[in-house]
Amino acid sequence: MVRVPAIDLKLLRDLRRLWAQALAIAVVLACGVMVLLISVGMSGALDRSRTAYYERNAFADVFARATRAPRGLLPEIAAIPGVRVAEARISRFVMLDLPGRVQAATGQIVSLPETGRARLNRPLLTSGRWPDPGAVSEVVVNAPFAEARGFRPGDLFHATLGGKRRTLTVVGTALSPEFIYTIGPGSLMPDHAGHGIIWIPARMAEGAFDMTGAFDDLVIALHRGASEASVIDAVDALLDPYGGTGAHGRADQISHAFLDSEIEGLRVMAWILPPVFLVISIFLVNMVVGRIVALERAEIGLLKALGYSDRAILVHYLLLAGLVALIGVLLGFALGAWLSRVLARMYAQFYDFPELIFGISWTTYALAALAGFGASALGAVRAALSAAWLPPAVAMVPAPPPVFTRGRGDRLLAWLRLPQTDLMILRSLTRWPIRALTTLTGYALGTAILVASGFMPDSMDALMERTFDLAYRQDVILTFGQDAPASAVDSVRRLPGVMQAEGQLWLSATLRNGHRSEDVTLQGLPPGSDLSRLLDDSGAVEPPPIGIMLTDSLLPRLGLSRGAAVEVTLTGRLAHPVKLTVTGTVPQTLGPMAYMSAPAVEALLGRAPRVSSINVTLREDRVDAFHAAVKQAPGLGGAILLSDNRRAFEDTMAANVTVMSLVYILLGGAIAVGVAYNGARIQLSERARELASLRILGFGRWEVSWVLVGEAMVLAVCAQPLGWAIGYGIAWAMTERFSSDLFTLPLVFNPRAFALASIVTLVSALGAVLIVRRRTDRLDLVQVMKTRE
Amino acid sequence: MADSNDQGGVASAADVTFRTEGLTRVYRTGETQVKALDGVDVVLLTGQLTVLLGPSGSGKSTLLNILGGLDHASAGRVWFRDTELTRLSDRALTRYRRDHVGFVFQFYNLVPSLTARENVRLVTDIAADPMSAEEALERVGLLARMDHFPGQLSGGEQQRVAIARAIAKRPGVLLCDEPTGALDSKTGVQVLEVLDQINRETGTTTAVITHNAMIRRMAHRVLHFSDGRLVREEVNDHRLAPHEIDW
Repeated sequence: MVRVPAIDLKLLRDLRRLWAQALAIAVVLACGVMVLLISVGMSGALDRSRTAYYERNAFADVFARATRAPRGLLPEIAAIPGVRVAEARISRFVMLDLPGRVQAATGQIVSLPETGRARLNRPLLTSGRWPDPGAVSEVVVNAPFAEARGFRPGDLFHATLGGKRRTLTVVGTALSPEFIYTIGPGSLMPDHAGHGIIWIPARMAEGAFDMTGAFDDLVIALHRGASEASVIDAVDALLDPYGGTGAHGRADQISHAFLDSEIEGLRVMAWILPPVFLVISIFLVNMVVGRIVALERAEIGLLKALGYSDRAILVHYLLLAGLVALIGVLLGFALGAWLSRVLARMYAQFYDFPELIFGISWTTYALAALAGFGASALGAVRAALSAAWLPPAVAMVPAPPPVFTRGRGDRLLAWLRLPQTDLMILRSLTRWPIRALTTLTGYALGTAILVASGFMPDSMDALMERTFDLAYRQDVILTFGQDAPASAVDSVRRLPGVMQAEGQLWLSATLRNGHRSEDVTLQGLPPGSDLSRLLDDSGAVEPPPIGIMLTDSLLPRLGLSRGAAVEVTLTGRLAHPVKLTVTGTVPQTLGPMAYMSAPAVEALLGRAPRVSSINVTLREDRVDAFHAAVKQAPGLGGAILLSDNRRAFEDTMAANVTVMSLVYILLGGAIAVGVAYNGARIQLSERARELASLRILGFGRWEVSWVLVGEAMVLAVCAQPLGWAIGYGIAWAMTERFSSDLFTLPLVFNPRAFALASIVTLVSALGAVLIVRRRTDRLDLVQVMKTRE
Repeated sequence: MADSNDQGGVASAADVTFRTEGLTRVYRTGETQVKALDGVDVVLLTGQLTVLLGPSGSGKSTLLNILGGLDHASAGRVWFRDTELTRLSDRALTRYRRDHVGFVFQFYNLVPSLTARENVRLVTDIAADPMSAEEALERVGLLARMDHFPGQLSGGEQQRVAIARAIAKRPGVLLCDEPTGALDSKTGVQVLEVLDQINRETGTTTAVITHNAMIRRMAHRVLHFSDGRLVREEVNDHRLAPHEIDW
């Protein structure tokens, strides 16, 4: 039978005796390991799933749109150096009339090539079959849309294609790498019930949109190592005469960009959060092992007297830390594996992968374990070394009592006439300033994590309010396949239920200043626009009659200042760039934008006024009638329902924020409990004699335990401002990294977030220290006084 | 009259376990210097039980710590058999303690989280040729209580466990610092009987520090210390058994 060496038995028994403290540390460590696993694991899973999907289904590298380009252009495009495959398609936004839905919905039509299989952005059939190439009503829809609408092969719905209402038959469902994150125009969140992708045969698309021998959508795959920029330039040059709006790479492809920002967000989380937990674990292990070594001085001396080597002693105490780390790492693995499954389900709601290659890789587990054991070892090494280096003869002698001296502060204390117990607290803080500071930092980090997480919902709220309540006040945006004459606004105004209707222009533009350039969306707003407004810090502003306004992030990116001139190219619309003065900026919320007055745009283009979309407000009691009319209206490309948008966004946010807030409260609480519990246990063990002496002298239980509770709470309270500051810093870093060209997250200061963070920390700390306090009631006074220190 | 070892005085090199020459130990605390040992020349003979007597601070414990390889000399030299301890590295001193020295302390110094048997195993796990933990405990009469934790044993029992732990490695020397200091007379006698019996049965060179002058009656030799110096040396012609000692 294998017998455990006695010194290892001591180790196990020590661990059992210290179980509560060990567990408190292990939980903090586990949080770090867990966050590391899920952030690194999830970002890796998304990244791997995406890469595999892109590769298998030939996701394109370059994307371009034109008004109407001849198919004969395709060989020229394919001949551009660096182009591997070029595929022309017809793609349009259309209005849908779905069974069981009062409101109009939008759909994106994508044509399937005549030859059958698409060579790029190949859809993956998930049920049913592909449409017959010669069919005139057979379509395949994206699987999440079918699921949300309950469509099965054979079901029918209506769509307005090229101004004609048609009945379409669903014959299959599919997924595609270009629609992993599927949002309709003007949306932030997927709304599968109101927006669908519809693949139709090329011949049917050509007929419906009068595009025989032409295309309006181009996807290109590049050779490995080819220059994306030069291909884009070449494509732009070829498409320019046909209303090209500027080619772009994957970075500006909506689905890809959203997924990218999510992966980036997870990576940021992996860099910010786990180090906080690991640092606190290091500090806790250091505190606890340091105390154990102090308590076991005589035993260390004994072990050395018995002939145990310095190395054996070092290993002994490192192993103790190692066992704590083992518990923490295993707990972290379990929590991480569980939470990542929860997260994976959450991701599956937003991202449509044929399969999410989940499963945290063993390297991630190894990394997390390494971090956990490393932190623990780092925390223990100082104390373990001091134990190993303790000369045996010195170890056998009890440690001298700590030296307290009277300093300048003591005169102040004397003047304050504080009770002796308060003096004990203050002296302990000043006698071990480093310990007090590290404990304080521990509490501060707990608060910081809570503050940082508490910012998220507030910032999201602010984004929503700025976007939907103040800037975009319309109920519905009606879009057109192609810009419509301005008279369309009057026609819309005559639709049932319409209170206000205002036209708006959307163009793509390139802004240049010297060698710097930015592709932006240019909005042309009619003067006196009330439904779609620009907001700066002072309120609503109007674009100038001449000149241009930009979102604020564009100025530094272009190296511009207010009042400077910027060169504007209206891609595919204007032969030569024009210089316009930047008259002002507005805070950016939904990506970089430029704003001009609509008449100024029309003047530049030298044409009669047109509109790209019409903003509408509705009488609540006529909403149904409005939608019924819109569904039948020819020429409309879609109806974006802002209220639905907002509801979808808020529902999803609320669900996720609740889950995440709970997780963060547990994380922050775990830190506070870990710090407070271990701190108090150590205080108790160091001061058992002192406290018992106080009891013998006639102090009551609460007066005695105040020494413990008081010290912990003084530190916890003093830590709060530091925690707020660190948390604000983390929140700032997070909003900076989370913000992308898709949307900008404002950093909103909300006192509630600070208050909640402090309450959680203080309550957790108080709870933990009160548990330890109960032990002071059980002090065996006689025994404590008899025992040799 | 006991055996020939009872004779003090001149002994051959083979009979000498410890020898010191001008052994000095100075402790510095802040600005003050304390000479714990001041040029001590002493010889401990193989197989003898030697008692070190003297008031607090006379240097007995310091001498014992240096002999046991726990502390370093400030000056002078110490030999264990043919080995000069004062020339050994820390590593070699650890080896020396592990192989040759058994310690017994006033406050037993048992590991509270280990049972009596496991405390003994701390030694048997690392010693070169140990007896079994059970055998060691049997010698001190504690076989029946070997699975008790220190907290469940009386002071005398704890000290006997400590002795079992010290002898389990079959040490060349047994160094005892006030082994009865924390015990009442009855248990004190029991502990001394164990030490006496071990010394008789195994011939282990034994040094015992004590405050209790009466205990000197059981020793082969008695060394008197005062102010860090060896002031007197006496040889017992007639040793008393521990139970005959009048406390």
